[in-house]
Amino acid sequence: MYPFSYTRASDLRTALRAGADGGRYVAGGTTLVDLMRETVERPGTLVDISGLPLREVTATKGGGLRIGALMRMAEIAAHPTVRALYPVISQALELSASAQLRNMATIGGNVMQRPRCTYFRDVTAACNRREPGTGCGAREGFNRTHAILGTSEQCVATHPSDVAVAFAALEATVHLLGPAGERTVAFADFLLRPGSTPQREQDLRPGELITAVEIPAQPRPLRSGYLKVRDRQSYEFALTSAAVALHVRAGVIRSAKVAAGGVGTVPWKLSAVEQRLIGARPSEALWAQAAEVAAEGAHPLAHNGFKVELLKRTVERQLRVVGGTR
Amino acid sequence: MSPQPQKAVGSPLSRVDGRLKVTGQADYAVDHDVPGAVHAVVVDSSIALGRITGIDTSAAESHPGVLKVITHRNAPRLVYRDNPVSNNPRGRRLRVFQDDQILFFGQPVAVVVATTIETAQHGASLVDVSYEARQPTTDLAGRPGDPLLNYARGDTEAALASAAVRLDREFHLARNHHNPMEPHGTIASWDGDKLTLWDKTQYVIGVQNEAAAVFGIPVENVRVISPFVGGAFGSALRTWPHVAIAALAAREMGCPVKLALSRRQMYFTVGYRPRYQYRLRLGADRQGRLTAMAHEPTYETSNHETFWEATLFLGQMLYNVPNVSQTLRTVSLDVNTPLWMRGPGFSSTSFCIEVAMDELAHELGIDPVELRLRNEPTKDLSTGLPFSTRRLRECFQTGAQEFGWGRRNPKPRSTRDGDWLVGTGVATGCYDTRRARAEAHARLDAGGTAVVQSAASDAGPGTYTSMTQVAADALGLAVREVEFRLGDTTMPPAPPQGASQLMASVGSAVQDTCDKLRLQAIRLAVGDQRSPLHGVRPDDVVVIAGRLQVKDKPARGETYRQLLARNNLTHLEANGGYTPPAETPYSMYGYSAVFAEVGVDARLGLVRVRRMLSVYDAGRIISPKLADSQALGGMIGGIGMALLEHTVTDHRDGRIVNANLADYLVPVNADIPELRAIYLDGDDRKADPIGVKGLGELVKVGVAPAIANAVFHATGRRVHELPITAEALL
Ligand SMILES: Cc1cc2nc3c(=O)[nH]c(=O)nc-3n(C[C@H](O)[C@H](O)[C@H](O)COP(=O)(O)OP(=O)(O)OC[C@H]3O[C@@H](n4cnc5c(N)ncnc54)[C@H](O)[C@@H]3O)c2cc1C
Repeated sequence: MYPFSYTRASDLRTALRAGADGGRYVAGGTTLVDLMRETVERPGTLVDISGLPLREVTATKGGGLRIGALMRMAEIAAHPTVRALYPVISQALELSASAQLRNMATIGGNVMQRPRCTYFRDVTAACNRREPGTGCGAREGFNRTHAILGTSEQCVATHPSDVAVAFAALEATVHLLGPAGERTVAFADFLLRPGSTPQREQDLRPGELITAVEIPAQPRPLRSGYLKVRDRQSYEFALTSAAVALHVRAGVIRSAKVAAGGVGTVPWKLSAVEQRLIGARPSEALWAQAAEVAAEGAHPLAHNGFKVELLKRTVERQLRVVGGTR
Repeated sequence: MSPQPQKAVGSPLSRVDGRLKVTGQADYAVDHDVPGAVHAVVVDSSIALGRITGIDTSAAESHPGVLKVITHRNAPRLVYRDNPVSNNPRGRRLRVFQDDQILFFGQPVAVVVATTIETAQHGASLVDVSYEARQPTTDLAGRPGDPLLNYARGDTEAALASAAVRLDREFHLARNHHNPMEPHGTIASWDGDKLTLWDKTQYVIGVQNEAAAVFGIPVENVRVISPFVGGAFGSALRTWPHVAIAALAAREMGCPVKLALSRRQMYFTVGYRPRYQYRLRLGADRQGRLTAMAHEPTYETSNHETFWEATLFLGQMLYNVPNVSQTLRTVSLDVNTPLWMRGPGFSSTSFCIEVAMDELAHELGIDPVELRLRNEPTKDLSTGLPFSTRRLRECFQTGAQEFGWGRRNPKPRSTRDGDWLVGTGVATGCYDTRRARAEAHARLDAGGTAVVQSAASDAGPGTYTSMTQVAADALGLAVREVEFRLGDTTMPPAPPQGASQLMASVGSAVQDTCDKLRLQAIRLAVGDQRSPLHGVRPDDVVVIAGRLQVKDKPARGETYRQLLARNNLTHLEANGGYTPPAETPYSMYGYSAVFAEVGVDARLGLVRVRRMLSVYDAGRIISPKLADSQALGGMIGGIGMALLEHTVTDHRDGRIVNANLADYLVPVNADIPELRAIYLDGDDRKADPIGVKGLGELVKVGVAPAIANAVFHATGRRVHELPITAEALL
């Protein structure tokens, strides 16, 4: 670990000032500290923001939610309002990491977490994200867990977060506060595909802080849920996952929100699947027919070709789990 | 001598060292507080083959707190005597910092010594090494194999040609790493030319001899201390390079040095279960009686050493096959050398044989349990020797009964539970019973308590506890009155804690030593005019609860304390041991029948074990609770081997890609269902004086094939590759 200095921000203003001076925010520290130990990250100054007052879940008009960036994963998962309104969020969180990590890790840090690609995390390997221009170790290497969607020549790492998949499905917005004030960014625009600048992972300006993630109100009743497919039963990132939220009225699907994880360089919104669902009546055949387009545009690599079929089946399964059988 | 009642042996004791462990008071290797110790961190090679062309240590050396950087450029020449004692395989072992050659990825190329561990770690990241890299070969398929061993009986090719049913299969088994909880680590401290090492090891004498050989000093000059080992599964059976590095650094620094490997480094230099490619052909008649088996296993080894493990035993003795041929090959690669991992050789071979047996059963429409019973031999066909005990038939019968095997619908893909296909499978487990020379010392104090010791180790199976149980009964004391000590080369010698030989060997030595000590006390009493036992035949005296008494007249007797006090003795002591006979006229193995039930998600391809039962023929069970720990641990390890564990190498540059516990998957609690172990009530005195056959290795063998066979039964898909992952079942 490279030497660093550490300050604790007592309020938003001091945090922003320290951030503007090049300080790196640290919240739960569950992933940043790991990366510092591996020397992947070498911040000179850590600004501890965990004491800032961004720790509330507030219901917004019409049944939306605003989740403070410093809420712990465990707190959100257990929050009665979240559980009642958005099972997909609490399920995604409960299927993430481990209980110990969920007790420490914050939602801001979760969205900001960096790839789990082993070439990215091994400083002796080539990685364009870690060191632009060095090449991508994974593209021709061992890439079983890597992305099939949204990849570029430069990078094929997945975005590892589970709850971000739920956020993408629900079309959340990210609230930011920076030296130049507040702004909001649609979740879909916040996390960036690697393209030719894989080192740029978010639409975040220097010194900017995530203050909250907001879930817009959804038509009710809404049924939602998250499915995570992985080799072992717990404590592993997704091979594939699906976040699904459906609003059915008078036997017809009026609103469908679907996104997939474990397959994209960013949480992958499945608009084509949604299109096939909206206006249709729930049936086994519909789930299969909609899931058929889940992997459209996929570019499998040498070891992750199975994800194409697995993704379709994951989406199909979760449509059925949430939408019900016949 | 009158036999002692067995009170402690066979009772389900908790670990005698359990409280120390769970309260953090057990000192593992680098936990020891050695005054004045500084910290060392190894720098690893980031290429797999080639040579070092430059090492820039200036940034590291100028970092405050860094004391020294040692590389091949400034390291002293080391002696590296030949050393046949320490489980070194044939070949030329890696010599630390003696030249610029890189033999495998992650090879130590420098060590940074600093005042704190953090400084040493940072210093290590500042060392800038440049290389001239050559293309390594790390893929088993990348080079032809070299024949290592052959075996033949009968005419296998002719028998295969004329067999009514034939099978020809190729199996692929991934490389696995041991991954003990405690990373390897060493503290080294010199006093003149005397070296003390606190090390994580399953074999203190092995470390002692290797350290002496590396530094060219007499073996007696090295003392190795290792009271607690946080798991090893075989990885600590050798003395790996970091031990020499710690000692070298301590000598250069003139003060004690502490060195612990990081989790990442645990994938580089402390061994692994080698990757296998295994062609197996078998022939049988229509009744399922095997007529021929041809085995062609190939596994990886390093270019510098030829690793051997017991790959051929099972194929020769497990079933009643008249014609057997075996050719074992190794492929020499630019990798570190493998090392025995739980159930070494047997686990890998058993996967291939037992899956093939299941295929044969399916093809012939014979129940897989019945097929195995039809192939039970009456003697060991590889040697012609009778079995000391072989109760595999009972294992299967008991297991089938308890598991509910009779209710099984033999048709694959016939059972569903919602989205899950459910299947059951079975396999035979087997591991050989080994024994080795061992010694012990016991001392009975005037207070009526005893201390027994032997230079054994306890990497987790519970040696402290089981030896205490044997000693307590032999001395007629309560368990709490006996203390067993281990893990120090100043104690009487013991073999490595590997190959399941420790209980049989050290247990028998402890038995012998404590018998001698008890007899000494009895003789003292019966010859002492002031003793109520005066004149009694020693054979008629037993010791119960610390009291020597006439077997048939318990009222007549006295306690150890009374005896020693009256004779003004502070203690009695005895040395004893066990030497296995040069030749044993028996074939000795432990056996098991392993039953598994799995669910396979029909669409998603996920495999989850639903329940498992193993029935063991392992001789006498000294410590039932610890036996269960072994059995459950073995089954869990088997679940890992079957479904998850896979060390991945990037063959482009020989890098291990998943050198961490997030990407190298081992089972977590949620993967572990109901597991049950049953032990046949046994006592094999032909194997050794205390009647045990060894358990720690056996429990892993047969688990992976039972699971694979259950996957076939659930899905109708036969997988010949480990681990079995979703992509094979989609
Ligand atoms: C072993 C392991 C397994 C895991 N498994 C999963 C899993 O299955 N699913 C899953 O989704 N996640 C998983 N994770 C990731 C885990 O969820 C993240 O580590 C965690 O959410 C990060 O939150 P934190 O508060 O600890 O972030 P930190 O480590 O404190 O910070 C992470 C990053 O976010 C930045 N940051 C933090 N807060 C803010 C803010 N408010 N504004 C701007 N930037 C900010 C930091 O500067 C840093 O770059 C796993 C992690 C580990 C270590």
